[in-house]
Formats: sequence, structure tokens, C-alpha cells
Amino acid sequence: MIETKGLRKSYRSRKGTVDAVRGVDLYVEAGEIYGFLGPNGAGKTTMLRMLATLIRPDGGEAVIAGADLLRAPGEVRRRIGYVAQGGSTLDDSIAREELVRQSRFYGVSKAESVRRTAAAMEAFQLTEFAHRPCKTYSGGQRRRVDIALGVIHRPTVVFLDEPTTGLDPQSRAHMWDEIRRLRDEGMTIFVTTHYLDEADALCDRISIMDHGTLVAEGTPAELKREIAGDVITLGVNGATAQAAKLLDGAAYVSSIEQTAGGLRLYVDAGGTAIPQIMRALDGAGLTLGTIELHRPSLDDVFLEKTGRSLRES
Amino acid sequence: MKFLRDTWLVFQGQIMNLLRQPVWIIVGLFQPVMFLLLFAPLLKPALSAGGAVSDADVYRTFVPGLLVMLAIFGGLFQGFGLIAELRAGVIERSRVTPVSRNALLLGRSLQDVVSLLVQAVIITVLALPFGLRVQLVDLLLAYLMLGLIALMTSALSYGVALLLKSEDALAPVMNTLSQPLLLLSGILLPLTFAPLWLQRVADWNPFSWAVDGTRALFAGDPGAPEVWQGLVITLVLAVISTVWAARMFARSIR
Ligand SMILES: Nc1ncnc2c1ncn2[C@@H]1O[C@H](COP(=O)(O)OP(=O)(O)OP(=O)(O)O)[C@@H](O)[C@H]1O
Ligand SMILES: [Mg+2]
Repeated sequence: MIETKGLRKSYRSRKGTVDAVRGVDLYVEAGEIYGFLGPNGAGKTTMLRMLATLIRPDGGEAVIAGADLLRAPGEVRRRIGYVAQGGSTLDDSIAREELVRQSRFYGVSKAESVRRTAAAMEAFQLTEFAHRPCKTYSGGQRRRVDIALGVIHRPTVVFLDEPTTGLDPQSRAHMWDEIRRLRDEGMTIFVTTHYLDEADALCDRISIMDHGTLVAEGTPAELKREIAGDVITLGVNGATAQAAKLLDGAAYVSSIEQTAGGLRLYVDAGGTAIPQIMRALDGAGLTLGTIELHRPSLDDVFLEKTGRSLRES
Repeated sequence: MKFLRDTWLVFQGQIMNLLRQPVWIIVGLFQPVMFLLLFAPLLKPALSAGGAVSDADVYRTFVPGLLVMLAIFGGLFQGFGLIAELRAGVIERSRVTPVSRNALLLGRSLQDVVSLLVQAVIITVLALPFGLRVQLVDLLLAYLMLGLIALMTSALSYGVALLLKSEDALAPVMNTLSQPLLLLSGILLPLTFAPLWLQRVADWNPFSWAVDGTRALFAGDPGAPEVWQGLVITLVLAVISTVWAARMFARSIR
């Protein structure tokens, strides 16, 4: 649905050149929620603005929903929706009027636009306030208006630039539901975020960008597995040494560490390792005290790939 | 067809924005009305030196200049509204749609032309009690000239706003541009009083031609060469600045 090859963009100013995006290849499947993660200044917005035909790439190519970005930008525009990071409404605008006009910009008739606006106000729960000026909305309400404006023409692909930044946890969860609903209606979603937990909870696949290049790509689960596998801690009631001897060298364990209270096992896949560990201990007549599975977080992934924690950058 | 439809949509949206804040039409009228009430009376003695006598003569000379000034300023400062829209992300939202880029500019500029014409009508009506008289056809031609001026200056302002993207940069540019244009156009006083060198410099100011043309129309002399000269000059410049500004709107992948 989205395919890019070597997409590049540099900003030149008096103070020098910023290579915001330095050759990005990526592929997004139809019907996916694709997460685009990275710290401030990683180049996420630049990437999105290129894909949304707002700025011309310095190099590379892209095909979006079957249309070539450079050769048929008009076609791309008809097939995509874009929701900017910084919002898209004036304080004094009325959401309902903006929705109707936005729909008409796509060549849709007035009657149909009014109908779609009513449906969108219903779906995004705007009905109650959409007749008021935008400055009277809450942050979450105004963000929902932005998204409704971005999808009023039912695009094939939607680009959402940090749709949840600045929202409280409840509005954030609500927004995730909206995004999932759009996907269920058949849209392919390309969403940027700073939040690892969001990428983890919402996205089918993600890529991590840092300093203009992709440093990792995959499903959240794959990425986490790729980095550290899973971590299992065992308590074996004093038989620590015996247990270590027993499990060391087992195929499903990649390494073992003795700790104060027991053992820490690094395994490829915790789900399958646990029953095997239990069986092995059982067979050797050792009683299991406690067993705990820890999954590495995307934070660990980011740390591993960039050498920095996402939270500190 | 699509271009006309899109232009209408953009125009309509802008009119809605304006109607939500109609106070701006009044605020925009404040200065010209002050000039009309407080400055024009001062002109009578000055103009009688040049041969004009009656109140009607004074207003026939002064009102056209005032209207041209209104058109110039009304247009040149439209860029500020566009910068507010840029900042709010409204322009970006329009640019990702297939809407015609030329329509994004023209719809806005036409709204500015309409507001200017509304203001021009109000000023004209306010000048009637002072003895201003003008033929309807001449008045309509004068309004055409004013509309072209407003189209030119508002498009210019939008283009520069898209280039500079900040109010802080736009304000000095527009002030530097408008002051000499204003002084050298003979708007407040006809340049017939000016020394020759100043008149030669003013010949290079398109608005000076526009003012002369508008004055000829208010004087009931539509056949005067100033009229067609003024119309041609403003038309050409309006086209150039509109095309340029529309290209600024399109600056992205076409
Ligand atoms: N118009 C511009 N002119 C010059 N430099 C720019 C411009 N836009 C972005 N940059 C620079 O390009 C780099 C990437 O910016 P971008 O906005 O794409 O990052 P981002 O990942 O979206 O960051 P954030 O998470 O803060 O939104 C940054 O270093 C930024 O300063
Ligand atoms: Mg960004």
C-alpha cells in the first residue's frame, strides 16, 4: 500500500544543512496500522510530509495506494488523508462547516458532503459541539475534528502525525479505538508516535527512525524478541546450583545468570520455554518456587538500536 | 469547471470567516472615514490654489484617492490572515486535497476584492452629503479599477506571506512597500502640486496612474487617456501578481 525507496530530504538554511531523512526504504501492507516511532527531530514529520505530497523529496521514490508520488501527486492526493502534527483548524472556524467544505474539496457534491459530515460527526462523537467555534473544544475534541477532516473523503491510506500527543490517558485510549475503527473500515494507517506503549498496543508493525534513518522494523513482538528474547526469573528454594547445571546448555535457553534469590534465564521465546523448564525441573526432582516471565519493552529495543533511551532523547 | 468550483468553495469559506468577524470591515473603514471627515475639509483652501472651488470639486478629487488608498492597504495587509491560517495548519490541510492551487489563491483574493468593494460603496455613499456626484457607469468603471488594485495587492501580499511565513517578517516589508507607494501616488494631494522631479518618479508608480484614472472617472470624463491607461496597467499587474502568488501556493509537488 505504501512503498518507498531511498527517500531523502535535506533542509538548507543559512545555518547549514539538516539531513532530515536520509534514504528510507519501507513497505506498508494494505489494512495495517503501521507505527513510525522516533525521538524529536528524527525526521518523522518530514517523512510524512513527503508522502503526503507537501514537500518534494530530494531523492528516492514512493508509490502510495498504487499512485506514483512524483509522477502522479494529484492521484496520490485523491487516495490519501493527512492529519498534521500541529492541528488543522482556526480558532474561529466551525467544525461542521469545515467538514462540509473539506469534503467538497474532493469534488463531492454538496448534498453528499452534508450527509458525510453528519456521519463523521456521529462516528467521531462531534455532534454535540461541532456547531461551535473550534476554540471552545477540549484538546481531545479538537484532535478528533482534525482526524475527521483527514478522513472525510474515505481515503485508502491515512497519515496521522502524532494523533495522541498532548492527550490525557483516557482520550488517548479513545483515540486508539478511533484509529482501529478506521482500520476496520478498510483504511491503511500510517501513524507516528513518541510513545512506545502506544506503538506496542496499537500497531501491527512498526519502524523506528533515528537521525533520518530506519534503525529497526517489524512487528512489536518481533522487535522485542529480536533484541533480547524474553527474560525468565526462577526461584528454586536453595537448589540454585543444581538447577543452573540442569538448564545450562538446554536448547531453549540462550544464557543463564545466577542472582541472589535464584536464576535469570534469557530465552528466545518465554511462552515455549516455561513448560520445558518446568518439565526439566520436575524430571530432576527439584521443586519450583516461583517463575516469572518478563518481556523486554520497546524501550529496550530503542536503547539497543540507538544507544539511547527514547525517554531521555 | 473544477477551477471555478474550487475558487467558489475557497471564496465561500473566506466569506464565512469574514462574516464571523464583521467588525473587521468596520475597523478597515475607520481610517478612510476619518480622512473623509477630518482631512478633506483641510483640502479646500489647498485645492483652490490650483483652481478648484466648490465642496463637490474637493470631494471629486479626494474620494478617488481615498478609495485607491483603501484598495492598496486593504490588499497589502491580507497576508497576515494567511499567516494565521498557515500557522493553524489550514493551508496544509487544503494542500493535501486535490483542490486547485490557483483556486486557493484566487478564492482568497476575490473575497478581498468583495470586501474592498463593500467598503468603497460605503465611502462613496458617505461622501454624497458632501456634494459628491458621479455617473453610475463612471462609478462602475472606477470600482473595476479598484477591484483590480485590490486583486493585485492582496495576491502580492499572499505571495510574500507564503515566502516569509512570519508576521514579524511581513510587517516591515509591507510597511516599507506601502509608504512610498502611497506618498508617490498623489492619493492625498494631486501630484500637480509636486515639483517636476517628483512627478517623474511618480510616473513609475502604477498607483499614481490608477489614481489619475479614477479621478478622471469621478470627474465624469471616462474618455480621458488616464482611464484606459490606468485600467491596462492595473490589469497587467493584477494578472502578474495573481499568477506569481498562485505559483507560491503550488510550491510542492505539482
Ligand atoms: N522547514 C524546516 N527547515 C529546516 N529544518 C527543518 C525543517 N523542518 C524540519 N527540520 C529539521 O529536520 C529534522 C527532522 O524534523 P521532523 O520535524 O521531521 O522531526 P520529527 O521526527 O517529526 O520530530 P517531532 O517528534 O519533534 O515532531 C529536525 O532536525 C528539524 O529541525
Ligand atoms: Mg513531527
